[in-house]
Amino acid sequence: MSYDLFTGNLVRLAALNAELDAEAIARWDVDSEYMRQLDSGPHLPNRAKKIREAIEKMQSEDPKTIELCVRSLVDDRLIGFVAFDEINWQHGDTFVAIGIGDSDYRGNGYGTDAMRVMLRFGFMELNLKRIQLDAFSYNERAIKSYLKAGFVMEGRQRGMLLRNGQRWDFVYMSVLRDEWLALNNEQRHWSES
Amino acid sequence: MDVLTGNLTRLAAVNPDTDAEIIARWSRDSQFWRLAHTEPAWPVAPAYVKRKLDEDPIERPRFAIRTLTDDRLIGLIGLYTIFQAQREAFMGIQIGEREFWGKGYGTDALRVLLRYAFDELNLLRVSLSVLEGNERAARSYEKCGFCLEGRERHAWAYDGRRWDEIYMGLLREEWQALGKED
Amino acid sequence: MLTEQLFEGKTIRLAPPDAERDAETISKWSHDPEYLRLLSADIAKPLSPFQVKKQYEEWEKDAEKHNAFNFAIRLKEDDRLLGFARLYRIEWTHATGSLQIGIGDRNDRGKGYGTEALRMLLRYAFDELNLYRLAAPTVEYNTGAIRFLERAGFVVEVRRRQAVQRDGRRWDAVMLGLLRDEWKREA
Repeated sequence: MSYDLFTGNLVRLAALNAELDAEAIARWDVDSEYMRQLDSGPHLPNRAKKIREAIEKMQSEDPKTIELCVRSLVDDRLIGFVAFDEINWQHGDTFVAIGIGDSDYRGNGYGTDAMRVMLRFGFMELNLKRIQLDAFSYNERAIKSYLKAGFVMEGRQRGMLLRNGQRWDFVYMSVLRDEWLALNNEQRHWSES
Repeated sequence: MDVLTGNLTRLAAVNPDTDAEIIARWSRDSQFWRLAHTEPAWPVAPAYVKRKLDEDPIERPRFAIRTLTDDRLIGLIGLYTIFQAQREAFMGIQIGEREFWGKGYGTDALRVLLRYAFDELNLLRVSLSVLEGNERAARSYEKCGFCLEGRERHAWAYDGRRWDEIYMGLLREEWQALGKED
Repeated sequence: MLTEQLFEGKTIRLAPPDAERDAETISKWSHDPEYLRLLSADIAKPLSPFQVKKQYEEWEKDAEKHNAFNFAIRLKEDDRLLGFARLYRIEWTHATGSLQIGIGDRNDRGKGYGTEALRMLLRYAFDELNLYRLAAPTVEYNTGAIRFLERAGFVVEVRRRQAVQRDGRRWDAVMLGLLRDEWKREA
């Protein structure tokens, strides 16, 4: 209990503040590189008001979702978000999604650090057994980051996406608790089955 | 193997339309009520029961206990207060039809629910509390492997005296070990 | 005796919860995982001011039905919010209830504020609400809370074995109880 569950080396996880953060998120929405890495739907910028409403609606306690924002430790700047979605408590698994909206913070280990903190939260506090994600095959930087965080390739849905005239795959990755524990030297006193 | 079927009973969905009247009849038996509920005993009408059943959220699995021989509704059993990340739930059982007390029907339904809790919901622990003096229930729970874990002293007041609330718990590994012994 | 103040203590006072005024502060506390994990076995996750207000709306519903009494603990000197104190799950026909106290900022702990709040909350429960017994749930690893409650007369009554898992370890959920006759008024 001596470490800070929500804090990593470069970032910390915090609650999304609908009032303060909607503006920043709206700015990211205009960044098409960010959006096309994040979302398979047609790229469409969102107004801050709609984002605020969406955040507030989601924060009205859906037990299957935990959405947090990523803030840099150095200046507490909001740089992205990370979320567990479709948490299946019965089977102890969930989807995870992450997006570093501020382009200044991509490719510098911030995303990997945020993912590490989120995985730790999922395994050490939520007691989940398996965390999975999907990514677009053209998002090579993200996939490298996920591999570093401990994710393993599980499968591909070939040719699921068409963007810029080219077909791309949906890539599925997952990490199991035992794998993650071994990777992070945390098996010491795991006493649960 | 049907996970919701035992040797004497099966657990079924509660049907508000057909079951409300029977459940309402049980409320006329105040001894039964006091063993099953913590709210003040009072006789309820079928319409009230139906409304309450319809309001039941899907996250609180609640089952009708029906006899295998003639599919008769004899009681209710379910899980409530489920701690999702902790995989613990409290359970409650009530046998409304007196003629089925002390004949193994409750224990049978209990075993089915535990199997559901541990094998289907993947819970790690099932907890329960029982009123001091309800020896029959406590014995049934012990038979299923529950261990005494303490008492909330003088938690309830009935008939001019106070009664303890006895807590019991069963861990999945204990339940699994019992299964192997059978 | 009826003249003694129920809500005004020496250094603190018990005040009505004020979600508008306090949501930011409470949101800040919720970003301290140690605070959350000491408080309960509920999932420790940070809350936004919006989520804090929603939670307070839920608490207020119970308070309106008089099944719960929620207080903010404020420092008398500057009216700063220190924490919360609440009585909940009140069963009137049995005169019983549950109790929970939290001091949000770790720098405010160990200064006697919690002890004073507990003393006032117990007075309120036994002398005003005429309750007969109180329950206080906590987790085995919160030895500070257990000691804190035992000093006021609480006794460990129930251990739900291995009910809580955190960081791969399993802990008992501990329930303490206090009967009015055992209440150490002066503690």
